[in-house]
Amino acid sequence: MSHHIVEVKNLKYTYPDGTCALKDISFRITHGESVAVVGENGAGKSTLLLHLNGYLMSGNGIIRIGDYPLTKETVKEIRRTVGMVFQDPDDQLFMPTVYDDVAFGPLNLSLPPEEVDSRVENALFTVGALHLKSRPPYRLSGGEKRSVSIATVLAMSPDILVMDEPTSNLDPRARRKLIELLKTFKHTKIIATHDLDMVMDLCERTIVIHKGQVMSDGPTAEIFMNQELLAESHLEKPLRMQGCPVCGNK
Amino acid sequence: MSRIQTAFLDLGLMDTLSGKDTPVHRLDPRAKLLTTLIFIITVVSFGKYEISAIIPFFIFPAVMMSLGELPFYYLFRKILIVIPFAFMIGIFNPLIDREILMRIGLFSISGGWISFCSIMVKFILTAGSVLVLIACTGFNSVCMALEKMGAPRIFAVQLLFLYRYIFVLIVEASRMANARALRSFDGKGKGMKVFGYLLGHLLLRTIDRAQRIYLAMLCRGFDGEIRVNRHLEAGMREVIFTVAWSAFFIAMRVYNIPLIAGSFITELIL
Amino acid sequence: MHMADALISPAVGGTMWAASAGLIAYCSKKVRDDVDDIKIPLMGVVGAFIFASQMINFTIPGTGSSGHLGGGMILAILLGPYAAFLTMASVLTVQALFFADGGLLALGCNIFNLGFFPCFIAYPFIYKKIAGEQPTQQRIMAGALAASILGLQMGAFGVVLETLFSGISELHFRTFVLLMQPIHLAIGIIEGLVTAAVVTFVWKARPEILEMAATAKPVRHLSLRNVIAGLLVFAAITGGALSWFASANPDGLEWAMFHVSGKEELESPEKGLHSMLGAIQEKTAFLPDYSFKNPEEKEGHAKTGEGEPAANSGEDGKWPTVSAGTSVSGLVGGALVLVLAAFIGFALKKRS
Ligand SMILES: Nc1ncnc2c1ncn2[C@@H]1O[C@H](COP(=O)(O)OP(=O)(O)OP(=O)(O)O)[C@@H](O)[C@H]1O
Ligand SMILES: [Mg+2]
Repeated sequence: MSHHIVEVKNLKYTYPDGTCALKDISFRITHGESVAVVGENGAGKSTLLLHLNGYLMSGNGIIRIGDYPLTKETVKEIRRTVGMVFQDPDDQLFMPTVYDDVAFGPLNLSLPPEEVDSRVENALFTVGALHLKSRPPYRLSGGEKRSVSIATVLAMSPDILVMDEPTSNLDPRARRKLIELLKTFKHTKIIATHDLDMVMDLCERTIVIHKGQVMSDGPTAEIFMNQELLAESHLEKPLRMQGCPVCGNK
Repeated sequence: MSRIQTAFLDLGLMDTLSGKDTPVHRLDPRAKLLTTLIFIITVVSFGKYEISAIIPFFIFPAVMMSLGELPFYYLFRKILIVIPFAFMIGIFNPLIDREILMRIGLFSISGGWISFCSIMVKFILTAGSVLVLIACTGFNSVCMALEKMGAPRIFAVQLLFLYRYIFVLIVEASRMANARALRSFDGKGKGMKVFGYLLGHLLLRTIDRAQRIYLAMLCRGFDGEIRVNRHLEAGMREVIFTVAWSAFFIAMRVYNIPLIAGSFITELIL
Repeated sequence: MHMADALISPAVGGTMWAASAGLIAYCSKKVRDDVDDIKIPLMGVVGAFIFASQMINFTIPGTGSSGHLGGGMILAILLGPYAAFLTMASVLTVQALFFADGGLLALGCNIFNLGFFPCFIAYPFIYKKIAGEQPTQQRIMAGALAASILGLQMGAFGVVLETLFSGISELHFRTFVLLMQPIHLAIGIIEGLVTAAVVTFVWKARPEILEMAATAKPVRHLSLRNVIAGLLVFAAITGGALSWFASANPDGLEWAMFHVSGKEELESPEKGLHSMLGAIQEKTAFLPDYSFKNPEEKEGHAKTGEGEPAANSGEDGKWPTVSAGTSVSGLVGGALVLVLAAFIGFALKKRS
């Protein structure tokens, strides 16, 4: 299935105010891969992700999702394929209740009501949030909000999941649960994050972005062993690869 | 506690109340909205010197409150919080209107006092009924009802968004207000200039947020139309509820039951 | 300046409801047709902002009291008139429902006074004219200030007219205007300054936001003449619809008292005040049947004249004292029913 391929070629982007956020980014992600995008604050990770579903479009560079290049004509179709989970769940959960929110996408696909219903139930069940169905989003904890926002995306049955900092603001338990959940997904995953420990658990491949450019792209384990590279891009080894400060063991 | 936090808790509590599951809560919101409107109009239509004839109208909020398991004291306190204004205004009546309208034994009561009491009674009833409506229906359902009753979709969606983000923005605003309060002394730092910056920042953040929400909507196929998969079902129960209460209100509007009952009793006694 | 239920007759309330509902429908259509879908979340979130911002206040120099942001004008500048009107209407609706700020019946009046005037008069004909095509900071400041003040003046005048049309007030038009306008001048200046401060802040930080509203197909095709003609037609209809309610003519002075106290708002613009007042008044307004009146004799007065003998007690309208018997019955019966209501409440509670 070439369907779930994400290909980015020579992507450049400059914000209207002149900030040059992406200078020449290229990579190719194949079906079922789970890829981390890491880099310092302001490196351009979020900007890159926003291109993947056509929210930002620049004349420079090519993006292909599946079989189509991303253009004005294909953007609707592509948004159905690429599910975006945003950093702040409050931005993603805008409807009055969890149910309405998860149903929002499927309804826009003009599915029949019963189909919408079953999709909502399935998506909420998958993330373990079925019991929250009729709650308003402002009455959820941070972890619950995150689960539900993932459900809103799953209900669209996307092929590719794109997530911006999914573990930020979560307590260790909620974070662990989320990681376990994401592990069960068979989707192609692209995750921008600063949580390198999560990357070790979840992503076999890592792309390091530095000042709008791909600095390195390869197997996660290799990249995290490369001290110089990490230091240059303001990163640190994941804690579990660092020596233990108490016992001094490597 | 600061005003902003109070308001937040207040909204939150009303919201919790509306999430209960009682026969009253389960009724279709349209029935409750319509009935409340009829209630307010009948109450308001009473003359200014009317007191006793209005009393039976307390039955409606009383029934709704107990069936809906609403906390009487809390709602009553909410009315009391706003009543000083009514009181302040109403209290002018006795000053202006000194005509003696009523004598009971040695006491003479002026029209002003009567109309003042009437105002208070009506105030408690109308304000109370709106609070009861919200507490046993919930704002979102009221919006849905509005939409089903013919309000433009965009307007209803507007109200839903507004309500949804009040909770987010109040938290944000109170964080800023606290930050200001912690760093301003003797009233310095609470002036208009700082206020302008504060609001300006909050506004910019708000607009950014709107942009992110819009993006999230786009990602899920938003095309300018908001759809909600929710059917309101008004059945026999709703019809009976609305018709029965309206009939009751109108009957009470036409016949002064307390007066009739009272005459009967006083005659028995005297 | 929220008009309260009590200040208006049901007929005025109904007419203004219809007017506001019509405007809401019209604006909804306009916003839908707008290419810019982002307005949909933007309106709701900015409405929530207005709400939240009213909870933060600032100290008014030299008085120790506090003020806050008004709303209508800043919305119009940020969102353009149609979206701003809808947003203002939702803010007022939430206030009426949750905080009893402005009654349900008076909601139509409030939406009209606080939404229509800033969005459709002050914004296009004052703000836009002053700010011009190439706005500078001074122009934006001046425009926001002037438009806020004048918008509020018009709103206050709307209150006056609605009251006169209600036939509730006996207050002379002139006295009334003299009472209302200066108060709202003071409020308007404060609101105007805040609005100007916030708008210039936004303009300096992110000019594109203001441009977005300004370029969104504004009310250019809406000429002042059309607006005035529309208003006149509207006034005529209102007047006609109300004339036969004129007989129900309750107390004017009380109304004025209300407004005198309405001034309190200036010192503590905490909201809620007006609504309460209104709620009260409204009850006194409609249908002139007084239980304590002497039927025939009184009916005559109520129909013909101002019907409010208490206010102008000097006049001929002597109210016959009600017989003690009737009043005692009323009291006894009332008490009885009240106990009954409480009892019903408790009984149901126990059961459930
Ligand atoms: N709306 C915008 N307008 C102008 N410049 C922007 C905008 N958003 C981001 N930028 C700039 O683009 C660059 C890349 O930002 P981006 O948000 O993509 O970084 P990031 O890698 O996601 O950082 P973080 O880890 O902090 O989330 C930064 O220099 C930022 O200042
Ligand atoms: Mg980012």
